[in-house]
Amino acid sequence: MSGDAAIRIRDLTVAYHEAPVLWDIDLDVPSGTIMGIVGPNGSGKSTLIKSIMGIVEPAGGEILVFGKPFSAQRKRVGYVPQRTSVDWDFPTTVLDVVLMGTYGSLGWFRRPGRDQINAALHAIERVGMSDYVDRQISELSGGQQQRTFLARALVQQAEIYLMDEPFQGVDARTERAIVEILREMRRLGRTLVIVHHDLQTVSHYFDLVTLLNIRVIATGPVGDVFHDENLRKTYGGGQEFSLRR
Amino acid sequence: MSLTDVLAMLVTDHTLRTVSLGSGLVGVVSGSLGCYAYLRKQGMMGAIVAHSSLFGITVAFLLGSLIGGRVAPIQFALPGALIGGVLSMALVSLIVHSTSIKVDTAMGIALALLFGGGVFLLRIIQSLALPGHRGLRDFLFGQAATMTTADLATIVGFSVIGLTVVILMWKEFKLHTFDPGFAASIGYPMHRLDQLLLATIVLGVVVGLRTVGVILMVSLLVCPAAAARQWTRRLGSMMVLAALFGMLSGVVGAVVSAVVRNLPTGPVISLVATALVLVSLVAAPRRGLVAGALRRAANRRRFGVLPPDPGMHDRAAGEGEP
Repeated sequence: MSGDAAIRIRDLTVAYHEAPVLWDIDLDVPSGTIMGIVGPNGSGKSTLIKSIMGIVEPAGGEILVFGKPFSAQRKRVGYVPQRTSVDWDFPTTVLDVVLMGTYGSLGWFRRPGRDQINAALHAIERVGMSDYVDRQISELSGGQQQRTFLARALVQQAEIYLMDEPFQGVDARTERAIVEILREMRRLGRTLVIVHHDLQTVSHYFDLVTLLNIRVIATGPVGDVFHDENLRKTYGGGQEFSLRR
Repeated sequence: MSLTDVLAMLVTDHTLRTVSLGSGLVGVVSGSLGCYAYLRKQGMMGAIVAHSSLFGITVAFLLGSLIGGRVAPIQFALPGALIGGVLSMALVSLIVHSTSIKVDTAMGIALALLFGGGVFLLRIIQSLALPGHRGLRDFLFGQAATMTTADLATIVGFSVIGLTVVILMWKEFKLHTFDPGFAASIGYPMHRLDQLLLATIVLGVVVGLRTVGVILMVSLLVCPAAAARQWTRRLGSMMVLAALFGMLSGVVGAVVSAVVRNLPTGPVISLVATALVLVSLVAAPRRGLVAGALRRAANRRRFGVLPPDPGMHDRAAGEGEP
């Protein structure tokens, strides 16, 4: 599997103030799949994504993106941060936020031009936000904010996308729309790694799932590893989990 | 003196022209750079930098007097202020990183030490009656009236540097401020951008110290930005408007304090700047209090109930979910 691994992680350990946040992580994400990352709060889901992109400095281990370090593959990776990680009262518009997806390829000092604006408008159309192009971002609903972030990621034209809770606090219609876009991205051969918290939808949305709680409890096809026993190991033994409603 | 007399003086009087030009430029620079202090929620950092710079100013003055030479000691004040300002930032980050003290307390400690030290040294300089020490007193509450052509040249120099950096780094500063996580993911050097932005804000503080004074300098940094944010929806227009508000505060402050005897410039500038904030908070469309009240009244008429005020999220920091 390592031959066509989009992301390959070996022995990754991350610590904050000496307390381990991620411990000895081995993980392979095959190219062209959608992988969900689930686990309780504080299990290191966001940290995992951030260490793949080098935002968090690991204490040890190796991370390869298409066989090379992330720094050499930066333009092939897109990122959707948690919606709540930014201040939406920032004075800017939907179009301007989506244009930020072109900054990586623009390089220093250069401003977005016609081509970038067209690409941004196209992405905004894909997420169904064309009526909100010039809308001040503080006036958006949670779902619209998430669509805006997704459009910004689409503009990056990456091959791998890392998304931190893209369904958090969005309305049902937006959730369906996002899922539709994610499936289309997979059809185009993109690889998606998605931090997720709604266990009920895991088997509908993802091909593969990684159960994480500081360590990798299990990783593999949803049908093989996403069962009650692994969930108990991930979320703690005292609680009863059942996937059957 | 009537308003027309003052306006006539602005055209004919060389000193008043220099003074208003300088103070207006200070307002432009502090106002526009202050937008980043506002958006990064570092307004108080500006106050700490300004107060602490008094330590750098007085130390630089003392060193200048000791060295002697042909350069007047007062000329060392601004470089000293820059160093003092940077020192306060370094001290805050040292305290935060090496102790369990949190950042707001650390800022208080840095201010206490460096402003206290500055006032103490100022008293010593005054009691020694070192040559040129009278000029130092202007740094407390600001005095535009004594501005010379050399001072104006310094202000122009600082302005060119500050505004050039902001224009060159336009999209980088914007993205780094709005979404640092995403900025890091596309390879922006977080730490260096942080430092450059902070240095730019420090520049916006130091440029106006002699005009506004260390005590009230923060008003010219945050008030124009806070007022401008009420009227605008984009960073670019916010900065232009903040620059205009800053200029207005600066010019009015300079002219009033030049015309009225013994009135320092800083308090006048601060009052004009805060008045602009007040008017903006009340009257701005969409975000203003009046607009909010009208919106609620309209909703009451339409629905007969009192739905939550959608403008509330606009004003509160954090996520908005109308």
